[in-house]
Amino acid sequence: MSINYISEILPSLLNGTKLTLSLFFWTLIGSLPLGILVSIGLTSKFKPLQWILNFYVWLMRGTPLLLQLIFVFYGLPIIGVVFQRYEAALFAFILNYAAYFAEIFRGGFQSINYGQYEGARVLRLSYFQTLRKIIIPQVVKIVIPSIGNEVINLVKDSSLVYVIGLGDLLRAGNVATSRDVTLVPLLMVGVIYLILVGICTYLLKKVEQRYAYYK
Amino acid sequence: MLEIKNLKKSFDGRQILNGVDLTVEDGQILCIVGPSGAGKTTLLRCITGLEAADSGEFLIDGQPFDPKGMEASDAVMGVVFQDFNLFPHLSVLENITLAPQLVLKEAKAAAEQRGLDLLDQLGLEDKGGLYPYQLSGGQKQRVAIARALAMKPKILCYDEPTSALDPQLRDEVATLLLKLKAQGMTQLVVTHDMDFAEKIADKLLKVTALDQKG
Ligand SMILES: Nc1ncnc2c1ncn2[C@@H]1O[C@H](COP(=O)(O)OP(=O)(O)OP(=O)(O)O)[C@@H](O)[C@H]1O
Ligand SMILES: [Mg+2]
Repeated sequence: MSINYISEILPSLLNGTKLTLSLFFWTLIGSLPLGILVSIGLTSKFKPLQWILNFYVWLMRGTPLLLQLIFVFYGLPIIGVVFQRYEAALFAFILNYAAYFAEIFRGGFQSINYGQYEGARVLRLSYFQTLRKIIIPQVVKIVIPSIGNEVINLVKDSSLVYVIGLGDLLRAGNVATSRDVTLVPLLMVGVIYLILVGICTYLLKKVEQRYAYYK
Repeated sequence: MLEIKNLKKSFDGRQILNGVDLTVEDGQILCIVGPSGAGKTTLLRCITGLEAADSGEFLIDGQPFDPKGMEASDAVMGVVFQDFNLFPHLSVLENITLAPQLVLKEAKAAAEQRGLDLLDQLGLEDKGGLYPYQLSGGQKQRVAIARALAMKPKILCYDEPTSALDPQLRDEVATLLLKLKAQGMTQLVVTHDMDFAEKIADKLLKVTALDQKG
């Protein structure tokens, strides 16, 4: 495993890492707020909304993400909805992860004592003020560990985009491996994933610590 | 003056309150007493708008008001819950100043100054930076009182203010409520503790269970 070879293929791997990271960030930025909204809708008293959202969550969690990617990129054009490869991936990932996040947030919302809503109510906070200032900050603290799990899954799930022909980190390693007939690129891919997950784990710890100031 | 006439409330067809009347004069303390399950908490929750009454008339200073629609009106009722319902993620001072800033649109500095004054008054002058989990039960209750007072209510309501506390603290609570009374606060206190009620009440209202037939 020569240093030369490593430095030769590293740029292409880092190029793939760029796509992996951008998919990772934009998925989180889209799916976390969407997940919160869906979880609020799941607990709404308006039944039709509940049914629709339950169906959505069932669909997203009940089928493989790989399948969803294929449907978004190859299936939706049949009904006239055409995405570029990257947008298709982002669309599928955001919808999929929002469903998982919604279920996690729903559990978080349910664990908040009803007295917190009443406490806010008699102080005449509006429903949205109550959510924003009282409920969501407490929910966030509760859900951080479960969200963290999903975030780490997302780093690795992003490799599924090979199926619609996107060049992410894993694909870059695969290309080099089959071209040069050596496992070294895949070994490096593994190391890069480990580093990414290590950074995520560290950041999640930091967030957890930020919320440790109260019990 | 708070007047309530012919308040009725049932749960799932079971009548809990059947035509309750009550009057509280300004600056007085009304104690609502009665056995467990009689409907004291339900009565308080109807008055404070946490529960919708089936029917009844609500008047404050002779003017009708809707307890359920209090968002729109001036602060009328403050509530001190049995288990306080403090916000665990906010410091004591933030618990007190949040609503005045969000609802009464007070400036942060003014709200904090008033919050500190209230803490002073309630003997919590050095507790503003603590979080609820760091407080004793009695301290939590006083924070809950300060939080309610910060909204400048006309009437302050308590549900069982002595039940979550050590028995020795009962007299302290009585002293505190009488001190607030001396400052002119109108108070409505639900309790099943007769000694406590007799110590503080200007007037007693007995609530009896309706459906204990036979
Ligand atoms: N949300 C509700 N749904 C149905 N029944 C209820 C509800 N809240 C209270 N009740 C019933 O109303 C009756 C009165 O309850 P309430 O809590 O007002 O009694 P209380 O006088 O405060 O008793 P305690 O001294 O034990 O606190 C009880 O029989 C209770 O089961
Ligand atoms: Mg009660």
